[in-house]
Amino acid sequence: MSSKKESSFKNMLITLLVITVVAGLALGGVYNVTKEPIALAKKAKAEAAIKAVIPEFDTLQVYKVALEDGTDSLVFNQGYKDGQLVGTAIETFSKNGYDPTPIRVMVGFSATGEIINSEVIEQKETPGLGSKMASDKFKNQFNGKNPTDFMLKVKKDGGNVDAITAATISSRAYCEALQKAHSTYLKDGGSK
Amino acid sequence: MNQVANFTKGLLKENPVFVLLLGMCPTLGVTSTAVNGLGMGLATTFVLVCSNIVVSLVKNQIPDKVRIPSFIVIIASFVTIVELSMQAFVPALFESLGLFIPLIVVNCIVLGRAEGFASKNNVFSSTLDGLGMGLGFALALTILGSVREILGNGSFFGMRFMEGDAILIFVLAPGAFIVLGYLIALINKLRKTA
Repeated sequence: MSSKKESSFKNMLITLLVITVVAGLALGGVYNVTKEPIALAKKAKAEAAIKAVIPEFDTLQVYKVALEDGTDSLVFNQGYKDGQLVGTAIETFSKNGYDPTPIRVMVGFSATGEIINSEVIEQKETPGLGSKMASDKFKNQFNGKNPTDFMLKVKKDGGNVDAITAATISSRAYCEALQKAHSTYLKDGGSK
Repeated sequence: MNQVANFTKGLLKENPVFVLLLGMCPTLGVTSTAVNGLGMGLATTFVLVCSNIVVSLVKNQIPDKVRIPSFIVIIASFVTIVELSMQAFVPALFESLGLFIPLIVVNCIVLGRAEGFASKNNVFSSTLDGLGMGLGFALALTILGSVREILGNGSFFGMRFMEGDAILIFVLAPGAFIVLGYLIALINKLRKTA
């Protein structure tokens, strides 16, 4: 064993300084290398969700629409193919799930105002219960329905939606997110 | 102690989860599926090996009174590197492990090996120690995750082998305690007879 450095003020200061500077430089380097892949991965995920809920498009028009109560805004992604509107993918959310983390859902509306498909982007509901909102069995019941005559509420609350067994709160939150998207969609001019 | 023992002791004899009972927070938190357990275990292994190497390299340059802050900075740097890399290259796994990746910094196994082993031994032994401990941790988490996934979700590494609902409690937090308890009992029994 070679001798250890003495714990003098100067030695401690120099040691900590060197370590933090080296660590800072290393992290800066890694950050620069990974910055682009991280941004790409996030973008790819959002794009995959859009592609899953509206038919094939060639151009995408992205804009924000404020919520009815003005507290927040939703991102609208209008997909066009050969100049024709094929669908609007709306990124919506609900803060009333079982977990404090908001549920984020991408939902696609056809030009006539029906729900084409919906896809969960982020949720931290109870695994095995509320997390089943991402399963086809639950979310496919909305497909092809127009929320103006299809009540976006669970049957317990007098609506048309079959809730997930033992996860009524999560099901309600999902309905709320879709409802929010639909009312904002109508406010924005609906199917135009 | 010979070099082989430095490596193998982490796998069973001094397994961080089943025998030392260290790092219980990620152990109970992320092991709802086998993939999560394996991912967490490998991320921790990487940090453990890197921090053990660096700590044993610089151990003589660090004055005793500031060794803990120095170790923490070294460990935190490697954890951040892992976090950024996972976010960039395996975003799906990063999302399911979430908060537990940055929390590797305060995992007592990592600091424990830096303080208890790497700061007293040479680079080669420390590397083997980190690798053994890390793989032992990964092995334990994968076993725990597999059992919970099989019983609670009816699948293994994401492949479903049964229809419908399984025993839900095993995916939830209480299931982690139950499975861990039985696994520790089993390991203790095996160690006694062996």
